[in-house]
Amino acid sequence: MTGAQIVIDALQKEGVDVIFGFPGGAILDVFDVLDRSPIKFILVRHEQGAAHAADGYARATGKVGVCMATSGPGATNLVTGIATAYMDSVPIVAFTGQVPTGMIGNDAFQEVAIVNITQSITKHNFLVKDVRDLPRIIKEAFYIARTGRPGPVLIDLPKDVQKSTLSDYKYPESVEIRSYKPIYDGHPLMIKKAIAAIERSERPVIYAGGGIIVSNASKELRELAERCDIPVTTTLLGLGAFPETHPLSLKMLGMHGTQYANFAINEADLLIAIGARFDDRVTGKISEFAPNAKDIIHIDIDPSAISKNVKVSIPVVGDCKRTLQKILKNIKPLKHTAWVERCKEWKKQYPLKFKDDDILRPQYVIEQVYKLTKGEAIIVTEVGQHQMWAAHYYNYTKPRTFLSSGGLGTMGYGFPAAIGAQAAFPDKMVIDIAGDGSIQMNIQELATVSSYNLPVKIVVINNHYLGMVRQWQELFYGRNYAYTCLRRRADCPPFCQGSRPECPEFIPDFVKLAEAYGVVGLRAMRKEEVVPALQKAFETPKPALVDCWVYEEENVFPMIPAGASIKQMIGGMA
Amino acid sequence: MQHIISVLVENRFGVLARIAGLFSSRGFNIDSLAVSETQDPTMSRINLIVSGDDHIIEQVNKQLNKLIDVIKVQDLTREPHIERELVLVKINCLPKNRAEIIQIVNIFDAKVVDFSKKSITVEIIGTEEKLNSFFELMKVFGIREISRTGRIALPRGD
Repeated sequence: MTGAQIVIDALQKEGVDVIFGFPGGAILDVFDVLDRSPIKFILVRHEQGAAHAADGYARATGKVGVCMATSGPGATNLVTGIATAYMDSVPIVAFTGQVPTGMIGNDAFQEVAIVNITQSITKHNFLVKDVRDLPRIIKEAFYIARTGRPGPVLIDLPKDVQKSTLSDYKYPESVEIRSYKPIYDGHPLMIKKAIAAIERSERPVIYAGGGIIVSNASKELRELAERCDIPVTTTLLGLGAFPETHPLSLKMLGMHGTQYANFAINEADLLIAIGARFDDRVTGKISEFAPNAKDIIHIDIDPSAISKNVKVSIPVVGDCKRTLQKILKNIKPLKHTAWVERCKEWKKQYPLKFKDDDILRPQYVIEQVYKLTKGEAIIVTEVGQHQMWAAHYYNYTKPRTFLSSGGLGTMGYGFPAAIGAQAAFPDKMVIDIAGDGSIQMNIQELATVSSYNLPVKIVVINNHYLGMVRQWQELFYGRNYAYTCLRRRADCPPFCQGSRPECPEFIPDFVKLAEAYGVVGLRAMRKEEVVPALQKAFETPKPALVDCWVYEEENVFPMIPAGASIKQMIGGMA
Repeated sequence: MQHIISVLVENRFGVLARIAGLFSSRGFNIDSLAVSETQDPTMSRINLIVSGDDHIIEQVNKQLNKLIDVIKVQDLTREPHIERELVLVKINCLPKNRAEIIQIVNIFDAKVVDFSKKSITVEIIGTEEKLNSFFELMKVFGIREISRTGRIALPRGD
């Protein structure tokens, strides 16, 4: 068998049913075999889209996503997508073509050292120099990607390796990597300490992250919360890990978290962090984060996540699900009536809210999406204000129903990731909630949804600004809207503080653009137009884009400015 | 504080680049680094001298362990260990200073490995402390060039 045939055979043995990618000279041999295989291939219009689609597929299914590109620019175009997956611990395997081994290092046509480039943004990567190593490398790549703390793995395939033959090919059945042994079972002593800390606490809070979703531990999390009467707040990536409609849910914490979640963290005497990594967007000023916590329990599979940002007293290195199961085996039912009541009081007193007037507010659009889909859709987002509103005004009740670039904050992630999710679940409603800035970063994928008839729905929260950056300019840069207005033209006045009637038209016309690609295009300019437009979009079996022109200077509140503490939290009402 | 960390890694191309890349991308400082094959040709030992507080050293250990090609990480600083470094030092040496230099070389258990009209090259093995006092004494004559292997170490006992 040739190297190219081995790749395709190995992928089938790994259970890969779809690949996202873009062909090119140095990967042609693999594409030639792929075309004759049962694996479905989705041709994106830019390699970044392939990486994000593989990521979206992986987050929606829990399986490893696969993308493929050629050498040089094909490979470098994957980089943002790989980095996105790395920051959010998403298992993907990326294949790149490479110039023939004999030409490596000669600055050959379309040559880049992609293994070097992606070293700090992959969990591991491989340059295959000999076809005899290929079966083992592919086996290891998938194993590394999906086990432990998952992450992206890249395999660089020189053209001659794809062409050379291996007579005694056999795909390995098991993997043995002596230097890679993830720890799944938490230390029994630490688990005992954790149980004791929970049992003696008066004001405990669970702070749950994406690790709950990665390890499929939602059921156990809920059991712990209910049995021990503990309020739960989640990170952005943890949305869906715990039902937000549950009385114990405090929704999201952190910079744009709910006031009640942040109040609870602030007053808690015990913080139970599970599958979360104390990111700066969660903690704000570290020295004032959870100041009343006598103990912090941190359950995480990655030892390097423990005590990296916040010193914890009870570290448990292990898989979230297994650790929770062990805790549940021994912990007795508890009641924290006064504390839970206090949290409920905060929830009542400081709810997420926005001005419900005649103006078309962005939050209203999200609320209607929630109502129309009954919370049953897979929501994917880009990055910015709309992402936060999507986190606030849609209640996530199931894991793998909210896909968003949290760590890297990649604009342009959502639409291709939605393609990946839709490819995995053709019959589910997949909605990309987008900003008018973000959507343009991978707008070319309209061609992909159109040609494969992937019925992704795009809801553009169009405020004619790079809204989140504009919000920071409004709050921290004296309203100097430098380069954030997307209507801005050469003849605009130099210093601009907001739109005026004589402002130029918005570019592009998203409705016309959607139509140009064969995608249904709809527009809502006023509040009453939102529901009918969304309904139409959700009903059509085709992909659709709804362009919602919302109030331009709406802000995301509450907000704790970067590096600040809860004391500096800005406003509840948007 | 300086730590000496011994890292066993897979003896494959690119592994050193991964280690070096980890240090630069995470902002850790390497004071010295020495790499070579071990008794098992599939493994290399990397001896790293790293400065940082406990928090940084803990992260260095954990992040190194996270690399797939890293088999074992050992911080030898706080356990009994043997530490050595070999240095070649070229010193200005006029005929009138020869005797004095050679005397010092002998006291330090060093060895003259090259001789020329105006210079002398010495091989010296030792701990950081010993080497520094040797350099201090040689400064009087003028040190022309130094080449160091970097510190290497092994734990004591079985």
